[in-house]
Amino acid sequence: MTEHALNRTSEVKAHRTRRRSDVPFFLVMSGISSCFILLIVLLLAADLMFTSLEDFRAAVMKPEIQAAFKLTIISCTVAALLSIWVATPLGYLLARYRFPGRLLIDTIVDIPIVLPPLVLGLSLLILFHLPIGGWELEAWLRDDVGFPVTYRWPAVILAQFSVSCAFAVRTMRVTFDQINPRAEDVARTLGCSRGQAFLKIALPQSWRGMIAATTIAWARALGEFGPILVFAGATRMRTEVLSTTVFLELSIGQLNAAVAVSLLMVVMAVIVLVLLRVLGTGLTS
Amino acid sequence: MIEFKQVCIRAGDFHLDKISFDVGSGQYAVLMGRTGRGKTTILESLCGLRRVQSGKIMVRGMDVTHWPPADREIGYVPQDLALFPTFTVAEHLQFALKLRRFHKTQIKHRVEELAEMLGITHLLQRHIDGLSGGESQRVALGRALSFRPTVLLLDEPLSALDAETREEIQALLRTLTDTTGVTTLHITHNAAEAAALADRCFHIRDGQVIEEPKPAADERSSA
Repeated sequence: MTEHALNRTSEVKAHRTRRRSDVPFFLVMSGISSCFILLIVLLLAADLMFTSLEDFRAAVMKPEIQAAFKLTIISCTVAALLSIWVATPLGYLLARYRFPGRLLIDTIVDIPIVLPPLVLGLSLLILFHLPIGGWELEAWLRDDVGFPVTYRWPAVILAQFSVSCAFAVRTMRVTFDQINPRAEDVARTLGCSRGQAFLKIALPQSWRGMIAATTIAWARALGEFGPILVFAGATRMRTEVLSTTVFLELSIGQLNAAVAVSLLMVVMAVIVLVLLRVLGTGLTS
Repeated sequence: MIEFKQVCIRAGDFHLDKISFDVGSGQYAVLMGRTGRGKTTILESLCGLRRVQSGKIMVRGMDVTHWPPADREIGYVPQDLALFPTFTVAEHLQFALKLRRFHKTQIKHRVEELAEMLGITHLLQRHIDGLSGGESQRVALGRALSFRPTVLLLDEPLSALDAETREEIQALLRTLTDTTGVTTLHITHNAAEAAALADRCFHIRDGQVIEEPKPAADERSSA
């Protein structure tokens, strides 16, 4: 073999080596990623294998589970709507303005995310029943306003809202961080007040973020359990939502029903996530 | 028309101390200076987007130092243009007029007039996605001029354009300002641009705004 041919061969080998160099990267990255995906798929597969269609049908036909399903849909939707209502202005303020106490507010917003769920429920319970100079919030709501909260359905919504709103605020803050504030500045030079610049320029650009925040809040509210158990209780047909149903069915040894309800929650979450993403956020790709 | 009187502006560690200059009615002034010397800060304080620590900013003979941007009637084209992503080209031109509650027929007439002047009539129904740099620049200019401001502020309007488009927009700027009589303050690094457009030329040196003779037409170096 001539020297020229040898050089060409080594060049070709070197070139092939360079071309193959991306393969280990993708193997490692996808290998690590697939561990998590596999874990979730196996969890769901195990649930599916554990239960049967008859068990599932029997569970969802129970009146108490149907009531829990109805309350779950309503409470999650109300909690998500309340969350986006609060998260949009709060996220905007945190993203756009530097004001005294901003760091403190930013930290307070995160507290429900890091706080143990049971502690959050306990804190809600204490807040509503703490006597302040002979006055008590729950007593005032019950006796004067005629709207008792603790251990009733409003407590379910408030417990769900307390956590889901924190996630919605985070999402909305990131959304507004990604929107160019200069467009709002220009709008103000064109004649807008700050409020008009927000409503006419920033808000229309944030609709994908709003849908994402609502979705996250809804999904978070669906999975909420600890604060509901402590603050709203788990009274069948009254304050029972699907997450507490799983707990109640487990506590009376009805493992099949607990798994069936778990699968129902998975289906609900998947439907909502896929539907909202397809409809609004364009995150399907 | 524009007058800065001993204006002090601070933004973090950066500050401009006691700057004073004025631009007469209908003049085309160019403000030059190296990056980070405060050219954009001066424009922002003039249109009310940045607070000043002390001094006075006068526009049309009125002290507008503490006026909100909406009341100053100043057209502003920022460097990144900041077009509104959810708007069509026509909506950009209508925006300031709708805020001022002009009648529909007046808005329609003004939009048609502006679009013809800027050569963007064929783009009116388009969204801003996919507009070229020159087209976007024309839309931003139209938006800033739509409400017939007496002052127009341009922050490096030609810097991101290719040579041919730059020539076109440069000619358009001269025509627009001559036609409308708007007083213009234009930021640039480019001496040739200043030579082609400026009636008066200011430089920022050592935190002060100093008027200097405008560069020769064939000068190509940056300030």
